[in-house]
Amino acid sequence: MKFSEQWLREWVSPSVATQALADQITMAGLEVDAVEPVAPEFSGVVVAEVIDKTQHPDADKLNVCLVNDGGDEPVQVVCGAPNVAAGQKIVFARVGAVLPGDFKIKKAKLRGQASHGMICSASELGMAEETSAGILVLPVEAPVGEDFRAYMGLDDHTIEVDLTPNRGDCLSLQGLAREVGVLNRLAVEGPAESPVADTHQETFPVAVSDPERCPRYLGRLIQGVDVSAPTPLWMVERLRRSGVRSIDAVVDITNYVMLELGQPLHAFDRANLHEGIQVRLAREGERLMLLDGQEITLRGETLVIADGRGPLAIAGVMGGEHSGVNAETRDIFLESAFFTQLAVAGQARSYGLHTDASHRFERGVDPTLARRAMERATQLLLEIVGGEPGPVVEAVSEIHLPAERRVTLRRSRLTQALGLELDDAEVAEILTRLGLAVTAVESGWEAEVPAWRFDISIEEDLIEEVARIYGYNRLPVRRPAARLGLRPDGESRQPLARLRRQLVARGYQEAITYSFVAPELQAALLPEAVSPRLANPISSDMAVMRASLFPGLIKAFEHNLNRQQGRVRLFESGLVFRGELDDLHQIPMLGGLVSGSREPEGWCGAKEKVDFFDLKGDLESLLALGGEPEAWRFEPATHSALHPGQSARILHRGEEAGWIGTLHPAVKASLGLKADAVLFEVRLDALTHGKLPAFAPLSRYPEVRRDLAFLVADDLPIQALLDCLREQAGDWLQELRLFDVYQGKGVEPGHKSVALGLTWQHPSRTLNDDEINQLVDAIVAESGSRFGARLRG
Amino acid sequence: MDHLPTLVAEARRAIEQADTVQALDEVRVHYLGKKGEITALLKGLGKLSAEERPAAGERINQAKQELAGELESRKASLEKAALEARLAAERLDVTLPGRGQPQGSLHPVTRTLERIEGLFTRIGYDVAVGPEIEDDYHNFEALNIPAHHPARGMADTFYFDATRLLRTHTSPVQVRTMKEGKLPIRIVCPGRVYRSDSDLTHTPMFHQVEGLLVDEDVSFADLKGTIEDFLHAFFERDDLSVRFRPSYFPFTEPSAEVDIQCVMCSGEGCRVCGHSGWLEVMGCGMVHPEVFRHSGIDTERYTGFAFGMGAERLAMLRYGVNDLRLFFDNDLRFLRQFA
Repeated sequence: MKFSEQWLREWVSPSVATQALADQITMAGLEVDAVEPVAPEFSGVVVAEVIDKTQHPDADKLNVCLVNDGGDEPVQVVCGAPNVAAGQKIVFARVGAVLPGDFKIKKAKLRGQASHGMICSASELGMAEETSAGILVLPVEAPVGEDFRAYMGLDDHTIEVDLTPNRGDCLSLQGLAREVGVLNRLAVEGPAESPVADTHQETFPVAVSDPERCPRYLGRLIQGVDVSAPTPLWMVERLRRSGVRSIDAVVDITNYVMLELGQPLHAFDRANLHEGIQVRLAREGERLMLLDGQEITLRGETLVIADGRGPLAIAGVMGGEHSGVNAETRDIFLESAFFTQLAVAGQARSYGLHTDASHRFERGVDPTLARRAMERATQLLLEIVGGEPGPVVEAVSEIHLPAERRVTLRRSRLTQALGLELDDAEVAEILTRLGLAVTAVESGWEAEVPAWRFDISIEEDLIEEVARIYGYNRLPVRRPAARLGLRPDGESRQPLARLRRQLVARGYQEAITYSFVAPELQAALLPEAVSPRLANPISSDMAVMRASLFPGLIKAFEHNLNRQQGRVRLFESGLVFRGELDDLHQIPMLGGLVSGSREPEGWCGAKEKVDFFDLKGDLESLLALGGEPEAWRFEPATHSALHPGQSARILHRGEEAGWIGTLHPAVKASLGLKADAVLFEVRLDALTHGKLPAFAPLSRYPEVRRDLAFLVADDLPIQALLDCLREQAGDWLQELRLFDVYQGKGVEPGHKSVALGLTWQHPSRTLNDDEINQLVDAIVAESGSRFGARLRG
Repeated sequence: MDHLPTLVAEARRAIEQADTVQALDEVRVHYLGKKGEITALLKGLGKLSAEERPAAGERINQAKQELAGELESRKASLEKAALEARLAAERLDVTLPGRGQPQGSLHPVTRTLERIEGLFTRIGYDVAVGPEIEDDYHNFEALNIPAHHPARGMADTFYFDATRLLRTHTSPVQVRTMKEGKLPIRIVCPGRVYRSDSDLTHTPMFHQVEGLLVDEDVSFADLKGTIEDFLHAFFERDDLSVRFRPSYFPFTEPSAEVDIQCVMCSGEGCRVCGHSGWLEVMGCGMVHPEVFRHSGIDTERYTGFAFGMGAERLAMLRYGVNDLRLFFDNDLRFLRQFA
């Protein structure tokens, strides 16, 4: 809501400067967004009169004017505006004037004719956004010689307040003035209002069939208006300072009264109304051409103003094109109604509309205001466009009007809530000034809420009002007290923070990518994935929820590749979304991606690229944090995004917990990526799972180590061999180390040599060779029969 | 016997000329070894008369001891020289950088969230998290924002269907915690939130931390104290001015927005604070009784406060980041700055 400071000060004028006034309003909860001068700086500009106008002898489009600017002698000025005419009061920049943009007015000659000054347009004075078509013509009564800034009251500010939705009562000068009055303990007085006497008895019938949505509807016929009459300059100017563009006198007047009092009004052309006004719900599928030129199809829950032929307007939102006031209008039907919040809420938005009227009705318009606004608007109409007013027709359903609200505020509750004991008189005074009718009761106060305050209905609302007017920053400050109770803390769990730090220590940067990704990218990586799709994405590349961390990591990878960052080590944690909405899993995951050289470029480093085992090592360091590495398995498996020969399903206690692998070369090519990458993602619940350390006594007896080299088939997963060895090696096996995997000279094709070191130790005695030999024999026999493994000579 | 002095002089020369430990050892063996020349003289003592023997024996022994001593000292100096030579040869340029992975970094938003969580958990708050795809009930209804409430226009919501949406704040986590009904409640809820807005100062996803404290006799004064303490601690500035402005949130009453004195210009007025000297940093208020009613909490016995802040905004102010969108580009040159 924008308003002019001067206009406000006509209602109530505290003796504080502009900025202090703005601060006051802000600190009362009506946040001031901007304070702007209503016109830029200029000087030397006065009201003047065109005494004479003659055609310039040497230029078709120029006139030579004689201007009386209040000085001793008339001044000659050359003027090119098409609308200049003798007898006009105009705005005149004298020689020596400085106009906006530091434009200095000097004596000049235009095509041989002396020109001592300039007749100004509104845009030349910074008073209009668009370039004006002609000069600004002032009312005939404007006093010649008066400084134009003083005449127009241009030393004024537009104050813009960003109102919260609960304060619909402040969407008018009246409402804002009320608030400023409360803050400054000043009386508030609006313009004189007097009911207008009817001069004819013609009415237009009104029937409200949905009084729940429209408890009050007032209409009046005003006959014989002159719609060609211009809106007076003072009104155009006030509207401008409130951010409202002047349209025509009738529309301007309805807007003016809305700004002044807060009541939206609508004027219909009587000639286009048939039978009678019906306030009713729309019939599903009825069509309406709106004022803004778009045709909409109405839905059944929309309240409309209709006549015998169909809908004329969406109640409280926007009028229709065909029933509006136009240049031929002679008689107008003026509407002033109370539509409930329920009737208007959501309607405008559902048709893609947002209007000043819907904005107000959604937030609540004072239900007692309709008649005052009707009288005020009629008064202004008669002054400006003339006409004969008829009687006001009112359709009202008292039982549907908002009920009177009485709210009790307990002294004890107020004291508790604010941590402060306020003086009784002060509380009563604050509430009274806010317009509540306050009665002292034993427990505190009972207050009757004024009709315009839709936001007050419970005790806490009154507490807030008292706190707000008393001043939040004057209220006490205290620290909460609490019982010191310890809470359980699972020591075996690895918090996410620890996992993150482990990756940071291993050289990873943490990324945060959007949870919604491009459907094409997700489909390229995970064609089978099902995840929810947004109904209203902000753009098509953020339309589907990620089913994996891979799309986001790949996108971040690509971003960096495109910026010459070839060595990428990224990780991210967050939810992934899997399944249809009705069977949705929101799973916390941790994922990572590496690409580029194994080590940063340096003086000592080898220049090898990272590979699967670099990432696997980093991942294993995370798994090891839980103290239970044996709970984890990597099994060869294929994944749509990963290289089929370089990918593994990650199992935690036998359940799938994630994936690791090299980005599939075909996927890489289809995404146009210029470098290889290795990725992983693991469920966070598995990663955070761990076990408590359990002590085993240290043996005092010697260890026995045997190294075995097996020849096995090339495609045998080492994990299978290791499992077999552990199974056969007995309880005393302390350690099983894989120290070499070899293929090449000396190993027959299709095979690999696997060298393992086994270490045994008994807790309470020395192991003898026979025992160890038996274990080794069992190992060799079992791995031979199960995998065809042979000991190498 | 008469050539002992010659032999000693010869031995001394040999000791002096030996330039390695091995050469020196050969000299020792040559003169003092079992078959050495001095040893041979001792063995020859038997041939002398009883009168001559003691004097001759003493001279030979003395010469042997002297030579042994000289051999020792020569050995020590050769070893010292050898060590020095080795040390010189093994010298490194210790100014070369070390080997291995350089340190990575946490995302500045994570860093900020962890810091906020830390400040609150240290005084007894718990961290609570919840789903990001929420339903209308937990995101709006239970927070006193019924359908068509104008406050729904305050947050542009991403929807999946008529009732399922991306949470617009982390308040649904508060709702879920309150519904569990374990009182008192002291929680902070960090997490991703989503609003359909994208321009210079908005991203469609960002992070919030909300806090909730519900107990007996919690007042607006407690809220003010908590917020002031938090902002002083977060910015490490005990003199930071904090002000509370009345505002409106459907789920709190009274409600306030919190401004701090601009941390960029110390309140003098600059571009960051729009020349007002103040920065809006969070919203807060006393929990609305309607919200308690949805969770079955006795509004006569319990009161509480809630607050919420944007992590990106605080991170921008804390680290001087001037463009919100940098947080989600994941440019390594940006991320590395937060190591």
